[in-house]
Amino acid sequence: MDTLLQQIINGLTTGSVYAVVALGYTMVYGVIQLINFAHGEVVMIGAMVAFSIITSLAGSGMPPLAIVLAGVIAAIPACMALGYLLERAAYRPLRHAPRLAPLITAIGMSIILQHLALLAWGRNPLAFPQIIDNRVFAIGGAAISSVQIAIILLSLTMMAGLSWFVYRTRFGIAIRATAENVHVASLMGVNADRVIAATFVIGAGLGAVAGVMYGSYYGIAHYTMGFSLGLKAFSAAVLGGIGNIAGAMLGGILLGLVEALGTGYIGDLTDVCRWPGAGEGTGWMGERCADGAHFVLFGSNYQEVFAFLMLILVLVFRPSGLLGERVSERA
Amino acid sequence: MSDVILEARGIDKRFGGVQALKGVALTIRSGEIYGLIGPNGAGKTTLFNVFTGLYPRDGGEVLFCGSPLNLESPHQVAAAGIARTFQNFRLFGNMTALENVMVGRHVRTRAGVFGAILRTRAERTEEAAIRRRADELLHYVGIADRADDLARHLSYGDQRRLEIARALATEPKLLALDEPAAGMNATETAALRGLIEGLRRDGLTVLLIEHDVKLVMGLCDRVAVLDYGEKIAEDVPEAVRANTKVIEAYLGTSAH
Repeated sequence: MDTLLQQIINGLTTGSVYAVVALGYTMVYGVIQLINFAHGEVVMIGAMVAFSIITSLAGSGMPPLAIVLAGVIAAIPACMALGYLLERAAYRPLRHAPRLAPLITAIGMSIILQHLALLAWGRNPLAFPQIIDNRVFAIGGAAISSVQIAIILLSLTMMAGLSWFVYRTRFGIAIRATAENVHVASLMGVNADRVIAATFVIGAGLGAVAGVMYGSYYGIAHYTMGFSLGLKAFSAAVLGGIGNIAGAMLGGILLGLVEALGTGYIGDLTDVCRWPGAGEGTGWMGERCADGAHFVLFGSNYQEVFAFLMLILVLVFRPSGLLGERVSERA
Repeated sequence: MSDVILEARGIDKRFGGVQALKGVALTIRSGEIYGLIGPNGAGKTTLFNVFTGLYPRDGGEVLFCGSPLNLESPHQVAAAGIARTFQNFRLFGNMTALENVMVGRHVRTRAGVFGAILRTRAERTEEAAIRRRADELLHYVGIADRADDLARHLSYGDQRRLEIARALATEPKLLALDEPAAGMNATETAALRGLIEGLRRDGLTVLLIEHDVKLVMGLCDRVAVLDYGEKIAEDVPEAVRANTKVIEAYLGTSAH
């Protein structure tokens, strides 16, 4: 099996999910400089809603694709409503408060949503019903499944759609104007409240789809899944330059690739017995490595480390992110 | 020509212990170019910010086209028909010149998320009209060839023109220009003068804050002078130039 190609395929899959979730963080940050830590939970609730619908329809005899579609279509408005509610109830009253207040509120909302999900769906993971025949195709010594193809294509479509919306439509122009200078934008008649609410709603809608994709890729949805997914997507947004839409997409995909490649190679690279000269001689190392044995320092369970390692490196060497600029100028 | 478009009475503004504006009253007539001058720190820009709803005022009232102006939100001031430019540019630097002007059309149009996504016929028609109007305005101020350049890549003079085009996009009755000639060379200032005269010809009322006294005296129909937050003169340029209070404010009072 070709590890490199396989890990690139896996990385593109998770990376495109990170990218879509990261868009939700970056758009909201772009207009109000708030890190909406509850976004990961919105994504989780999207997955939960969709899984509930899919599970309840699983035995109904509907075509499998229609069932999945029904789940996604239910999750999108649910998450959009949740995103709107978050903005109205939790963040708008704090619009002019010191920046720490909405940040703490965001963390609080994240915990509240997690526990509401715990109450609604219980502590056990929801399993994705095996209704879709997940076909696996072989390409160049690696395997790609139909779910992976669907995730990558759907994510790219959503990213293209959002770019078109933000860069080509009038409302998109209003969003960018608000992001650059909210005072001047409202002087030009842009209704800033509506623009801000819209970024929450759009981000949540994208997040709903991302939640379903992420859940169906790993086969389960759980009330805690939003935490690490959200944190990674946030890292991706920072990596690309928070507030920058193209940056979030780039950061997400890059993060997915680094994570997959790191996980794929860390075992081989830290196998002490494969290091030059390690397996020879009669010392302790020689005995330990005799007969082609392995002595692996770090295994693939270190997967989670890569996202945050990358975040730290970016923050040290390029604090404004890969595509970010003039972070300090924002007043 | 003589009907009043904006009347301010007893405008007060304090910043902590500093009285930035003391009972300022002024009357701007429809169709004139009204100059506002004064030494540094006299309160010119503060008065501007009060008129355009950026600063809450501490007293006084503003009548615009005969009715009290709601100064609570900048959005409402723009909708009422006052547009402004800024002393230091406040363009959307990462957007193209055309997009900057298109933003200005938001005052007169309604943009919705769903209309934008669904591409309804009405939405498409309106968006095309906005684009066309924005393009016309860029022609009007003479920078149509830079329509697709990012605003921050434009030259200083062109950025000033773009800011004026964006303000015009809101269809103002009164255009307030905050030191438009600041930092311009003689050629750019002459071109700007032509542009402002053109605005008056097209029936717009202009309120002009300017340091360049020569420009103000040559261009304005009437001039008001602020000093330490108080209006010390309001008259035609020749009379203001001869006003002893004005001369004292600019040259100092040691002659007593």
